[in-house]
Amino acid sequence: MIVIIGNGISGITAARYIRKRSDEEIMIISSESKYFFSRTALMYVYMGHMKFEHTQPYEPYFWDKNRIQLKEAHINNVDTENKQLTTDNGEKIDYDKLIIATGSKPNKFGWKGQDSIGVQGLYSKRDLEIMERNTNGIKNAVVVGGGLIGIEMAEMLLSRGIHVDFLVRESHFWNGVLPKQDSELIMRHLTKHHGLTMHYSTELEEIHPDQNGRVESITTKSGNKIDCQFVGLTAGVSPNVDFLKDAGIEINRGVLVDEYLETSVKDVYAIGDCAEFRQPIEGRKSVEQVWYTGKFMGETVAHTLTGEKRKYQPGHWFNSAKFFEIEYQTYGLVKNQLDTNHSEFVFEDSKNEVLLHFVFEKETEKFIGINNFGIRLRHPLFNEWLNAKATIDEVITNLASANFDPEFYKKYEPQVIEAFNRKFNKNLTLSKGKWWQKLIPA
Amino acid sequence: MESNYSIVGKEAQGLSSLQKMGIFVFVVGLIGLIQIVTNSFIEKTSVSKIDSYAWYISGSFLLQIIGVFMFTYSDNHLSIRSFYGKQLNGIQKISLAIGMAGFGVFVAAWLGFITSMHTLYLWLTLGGMSIGILGYTYGSYAHHPAGIKNNHVWHNSLTGRGILGWIAGIVLTLFYIEIYWFPEYLEGLIRLFDPVSYFITGSAASQWFVYGTVYTFLIIFLGIKFIYKYRHNRYQLIRTLSVIFFQAVFAYAIPHILESFNDYQGYFQKDLKNVWPLNYSFVESYQMNAMANNGVSGTFFFIWGIVLFLVVTPFLTYLVGKRWYCSWVCGCGGLAETAGDGFRQLSSKKMVAWKIERWVIHLVMVFVLIMSVAALWPYFSGKDYEIGFATITQSGYFYFVFGLSLLSSIGLFLLFRKFKHSMLMVGAIILFVISLFLGAAYIFDLKDVFVINSKSIKKVYGFLVGAAFAGVVGVGFYPILGNRVWCRFGCPMAGYMGIFQRFKSRFRITTNGAQCISCGNCSTYCEQGIDVRAYAQKGENIVRASCVGCGVCSAVCPRGVLKLENGPEEGRFEPNPLVIDKDGVKLNL
Repeated sequence: MIVIIGNGISGITAARYIRKRSDEEIMIISSESKYFFSRTALMYVYMGHMKFEHTQPYEPYFWDKNRIQLKEAHINNVDTENKQLTTDNGEKIDYDKLIIATGSKPNKFGWKGQDSIGVQGLYSKRDLEIMERNTNGIKNAVVVGGGLIGIEMAEMLLSRGIHVDFLVRESHFWNGVLPKQDSELIMRHLTKHHGLTMHYSTELEEIHPDQNGRVESITTKSGNKIDCQFVGLTAGVSPNVDFLKDAGIEINRGVLVDEYLETSVKDVYAIGDCAEFRQPIEGRKSVEQVWYTGKFMGETVAHTLTGEKRKYQPGHWFNSAKFFEIEYQTYGLVKNQLDTNHSEFVFEDSKNEVLLHFVFEKETEKFIGINNFGIRLRHPLFNEWLNAKATIDEVITNLASANFDPEFYKKYEPQVIEAFNRKFNKNLTLSKGKWWQKLIPA
Repeated sequence: MESNYSIVGKEAQGLSSLQKMGIFVFVVGLIGLIQIVTNSFIEKTSVSKIDSYAWYISGSFLLQIIGVFMFTYSDNHLSIRSFYGKQLNGIQKISLAIGMAGFGVFVAAWLGFITSMHTLYLWLTLGGMSIGILGYTYGSYAHHPAGIKNNHVWHNSLTGRGILGWIAGIVLTLFYIEIYWFPEYLEGLIRLFDPVSYFITGSAASQWFVYGTVYTFLIIFLGIKFIYKYRHNRYQLIRTLSVIFFQAVFAYAIPHILESFNDYQGYFQKDLKNVWPLNYSFVESYQMNAMANNGVSGTFFFIWGIVLFLVVTPFLTYLVGKRWYCSWVCGCGGLAETAGDGFRQLSSKKMVAWKIERWVIHLVMVFVLIMSVAALWPYFSGKDYEIGFATITQSGYFYFVFGLSLLSSIGLFLLFRKFKHSMLMVGAIILFVISLFLGAAYIFDLKDVFVINSKSIKKVYGFLVGAAFAGVVGVGFYPILGNRVWCRFGCPMAGYMGIFQRFKSRFRITTNGAQCISCGNCSTYCEQGIDVRAYAQKGENIVRASCVGCGVCSAVCPRGVLKLENGPEEGRFEPNPLVIDKDGVKLNL
């Protein structure tokens, strides 16, 4: 039997592909929820866009039909010698192959008062339930951390009419990832939201509870005091692997795995947020905590476990996010600091909050990557351009075919190519939008 | 633990025994309706003359509502305490008060309390409601940057199938029951609209005039609300302007203007854009007579009706999908997209709902086809039909319809050979059988094509589908089953276009590679109950017969994954996800 601990996107993807490719017995164990749900949608439940059941991508009959056993339990002990798991109520479960896919937990950096009532991160379904209770009827909240979960939490709190003070350690929003000009677009957008006060270059010093142990204010490193009844800690997440302490599996930050996602122990694999690569793939992190990478790892390990040993080779980087109303996508690698052998071209229409940030090699003009804000672009086409080592000229010329905005939207390509020609003293003409598949050689 | 959404223990989604009971109760209600028609045959009277008529009708719909309530009960654990109510700002509160006052006048007239000064009260009700809607729209959206505005949709008792939703559903259902079968109870309301009816048509209002006016009013003002809500999205903006235009001009203004020129009215003049089979009265004999007796305009409408159904509809559906009609032109769609926008999330996405949908909508389609063929046959057998310069004989009618159904049968069979979809084969056989019946009727000179009396088929269709389904359930159940109940489960026009859209069209919703995060916004806000996410998360394009192309899935997607587009048929069904290959992640083409 193949046992998967964790029913997030990585574990579920692994199970689905194992079933597609084999008749192995499969069991998924989770203490969080019986059925798989989409973690990325928790914010929408809080804001009332969806009910919790809408976050479940499969109806209950799906698991039965595909003979995937679901077990609600917490694993306390992993005995790799006897290939046996022990649940919190003492039940023993034997496995032949084990996949660890337990995801992450929110970071806490040892702030004073971080365990007060009303202080929390947001990762799990349980966190959402606690947040529902913690924010009931309150007026002011503080969110700490300048990343994606932080901005989601701010949006959630604003939807309930709660004032948010958002503390960002850096001088620019998400500038560990975004180039300065890109993050400034987001920062300007944030000023349009009533009830949101941004504090850049500001760090949390201490959280002050009242006599009941409930947060009543915080102080920043610069000595500012902010009254609040809720503190959201969103300074990143780290692998959720504490339960493996005594399992004899090698652990660093996450469960250490090789390129085949196998751990130090035979027949035990780790995928998703909780896995850490001994040898990270060039240009990528050793722990990848993104929806898409979890999906790819699940698919990869499923191949390995069904007789086709596969290395984890995730292909070209891509990602997406939404900052309040601004949609963001990225294809290829756009770093926050431009490499010296790279060149960049930024098109911005600040009135309409549209920004395209192209990066390419100086010498060869090979296209490296793009950040696009406020405009949607085709993933398959950009993936193909990256595969084919297309030049920046080819990308710019065919930009109309890559546009993925809904019909009748304002088109920016003529302005983009004009600005590009001006900046690089070129004479490109915009190619008329073609059906995108025609640009891909068969 | 008290919470505003369901989590603990509410995850099971299979059919509970309560839900099975609900289905049973609903079916009993349906049988009640069938009983009414049957009794009217036995007593050989019109439906409204049978005994206990009022009890039958109200009891049947009551049972249907109770059945749906039982069926949806397990989904229904929102606390009534809602954040929404607490959060209304000043402008919203004032607008709500003005709007409710206007609606109060409407209700007062409905209950018969207003007997004089109709002009004043009419201004008060329409003025109050329009100012209320516009003010509420401004108060809700003006102070937020343009973007998706779905906060608290499920916290709101009206849009989250709470108590207000059920009350609204029951009131709407009651309104429709009275309009169709008990207009005498609407007397006060009808008189309220006399001033505007005299002004436009020169005669007193009927219940249908009131209905048309309120309908158009709602599409215009709630259309404006919709446009402002989606002001960042030009697809939504343009298509809503289109829907408002077609309702206000084609369905409302032109018919009423024509009315003042002509004495003898057929339905044909009522709505130029209403296509058979949605407009089933196109084949009624009074309608055929009206067209024959109205000179050039009658001839024009006759030809227009046939061309619209036979040429324009397939061609446009091939080019852009059925959205050209359903969410750009159609009046039913117009109401659903504007007045019904707040209820789109209520449509069921369960597999079982899809199965019911496929059966019901296609049965209605077969029903309308049989009804039309049967109704026209005796009409042509008595005498030659003279229209314009042409004379249509019984033979002419026979060769036309026989040829058409045989060709369609062959067409469906060829599609079956290509797609191996069993429903196509079923369709081919049904059309073939219909042509056989027609052939037999022609050769043996039978009075009724399908043995059963053609008038009774027409009567059952008009009562069960035309009134009970399209009207009462179709709109009355908006706040309970979503805003496209009729379009999804019933409309034969939607079924007809759906076959083209699914098998012969350039339209699809493209999924953007592997960008989907399975959040479920697309599925939740699909008014047609399509589980969009199920396709998107696999990188598959969405090619579904039922998609009306409203574009809201694409609008609510937070990651830019969905795009409605028309492109080459080749590759339309091919998924384009990124998959794991021996060389790593690859684009599957």
